[in-house]
Amino acid sequence: MDIYLLEAIINGILLGGVLALLALGLNLVFGVIDVVWICYAELVMCGMYAIYWLHVFYGWPILLACLVAIVGVAALGLLLHLVIISPILGSAPINQLLATGGMLFFLQSLATLLFGTDFRNIGLRLPIIELGDIFISFSRLLAFGAALLGAVLLYLFLAKTYLGIAIRAIAQDREIMGLMGVDQRRIYLITSAIGGGLAGLAACLLVLQYDVHPFIGLSFGPITFMICVLGGLGNMIGGFVAAFIMSQIIAIGGFFFSIEISYVLAFIFFIVLMFIRPQGILAR
Amino acid sequence: MSGIAARAAPLVVAAAVLACVPLVTRDYFLHIAIQILLWGFIYTSWSLMGKFGLVSLGHGAFLGIGAYVPALLWNYQEVTPWLGIPLSIVLAALLAVVIGYPCFRLRVIGHYFALVTLALSQVVLLIIVAGRDITGGSLGMTPKTVGHSWYALQFPDKTYFYAIALAVWVIGIVVWHWVDRGMGRAALEAIAEDEGAAAALGIDVMREKLRITVTSAVLTAFGGALLAQYLLYLNPDTLSGIAVSLQIVFAAIAGGMYSALGPTVGGLFTIALPEILRIWFGTNFVGAANTIYGALLVVFIVFMPRGIVGLVERRLPRQPVATANPAE
Repeated sequence: MDIYLLEAIINGILLGGVLALLALGLNLVFGVIDVVWICYAELVMCGMYAIYWLHVFYGWPILLACLVAIVGVAALGLLLHLVIISPILGSAPINQLLATGGMLFFLQSLATLLFGTDFRNIGLRLPIIELGDIFISFSRLLAFGAALLGAVLLYLFLAKTYLGIAIRAIAQDREIMGLMGVDQRRIYLITSAIGGGLAGLAACLLVLQYDVHPFIGLSFGPITFMICVLGGLGNMIGGFVAAFIMSQIIAIGGFFFSIEISYVLAFIFFIVLMFIRPQGILAR
Repeated sequence: MSGIAARAAPLVVAAAVLACVPLVTRDYFLHIAIQILLWGFIYTSWSLMGKFGLVSLGHGAFLGIGAYVPALLWNYQEVTPWLGIPLSIVLAALLAVVIGYPCFRLRVIGHYFALVTLALSQVVLLIIVAGRDITGGSLGMTPKTVGHSWYALQFPDKTYFYAIALAVWVIGIVVWHWVDRGMGRAALEAIAEDEGAAAALGIDVMREKLRITVTSAVLTAFGGALLAQYLLYLNPDTLSGIAVSLQIVFAAIAGGMYSALGPTVGGLFTIALPEILRIWFGTNFVGAANTIYGALLVVFIVFMPRGIVGLVERRLPRQPVATANPAE
């Protein structure tokens, strides 16, 4: 096989890890609260800016900056739910999507206002692994590993702990769980915080590979929603599979055509699959 | 009959006042007014769907087709916009059917419909960027200018475009009223409430939805074409893709998508606000206008989903306006 094609495929798998990580938090919120956070990628951007300023400007150690970013974005997710989502939880789902869309504009322009449109890099270069003739970026490998770890931890949390089971139960039947003595409000708040925290985690790994700028959300946002929907609402494993399918389409399409055409193919694939399997690729 | 007269009277007065604007104002204000009218027309076109719960995030696609097809034909084949614009409108209508038919057949609704149409608008954006050899990609393109020409539909004197924009805007409002008063409205409201029940009543759900979608797409493409003809500069980021799709949705909602003049007020708001803030703050605060705008949007959607005009209407004593509340 062509060595460059092989490299494209391997990079596609690693990109899949990044996308899967991005989709994780959104999928949780989507599945449990049934709300699309259109501004999810902008929350990731906030995390990336936090790490940039803490690490580069104030000279904090990178790990501490990352930790603060995760906690900070988790708080942001909590705030988003409290201030915007919960007052309109009863209205049509599309209103919630649009309200977070307003948040997207707000965060994007606030970042432009505060930091300008410069591309900022934390200036941390991780080594590139050479495997025979194939080059693999270590930061992508790290993101891939973190995505796997994050998914496993989230799975264990949802499967084994009382809180996790309550979260899954709420996602299955909102009304009955209230009668069973589960506090829906509290579960939603916890879910939003975890969703935000996962966005913060994604920020930590993205900041290693990409420059942060106010419009970075637009390049990751759409593909992330599509992965969540493709995988099936709230279906973690489906989301994982969808992330890898999409990333392969992007990587191989980019190899044969151009990067824009590869995204066009991915979006068309999404549209067609919505018609064939609206419940997600792994739906029974 | 007096009801119709009473409804039409404010519109006629508004049109008459607006028609006099070029007599008294400078080019700068005329430029702003043309943009408000054209965008107001596009927002009105979107609200035709939006008010029936068909929230499309794909109008950037129709706008992009409307803008780019005539400009490309003009630049490379010397085809007059008089042919290019109808062609782009037909293409937009076709695209609306291609995406709308399966969506409505397979009952893709709510935020799934929003996400499918969002993907559509990204597809058009990326195709424009990918075809950078002929479209200029992200750098944008300029149609060849020939000075004052009816054949090329280019008028350096802004008064001409002001008249065109005003006429087109009036057409948009008329279509809005036509939909509002037609049988289709009752059918579409029923569909928005409960699709299954509407179908059981004998409403042809597919035909009604497709008709309003194609109408909306056609008008949006027309608006895009005129915007490109006026500005004589096309950029994929301002005429297609997710950003402009969201801009359309938000302006229509902020103004009030359940009222005839709502989307236009949204246009006034979204175009005048950045200008005013730019004059106040200067160019130091590039993001200031949008930051305030974004915050206001959230406030609008959370606290006053009927928009500015909706809020004003509620204060005025008049017969209750029937509502299309897409309650789930």
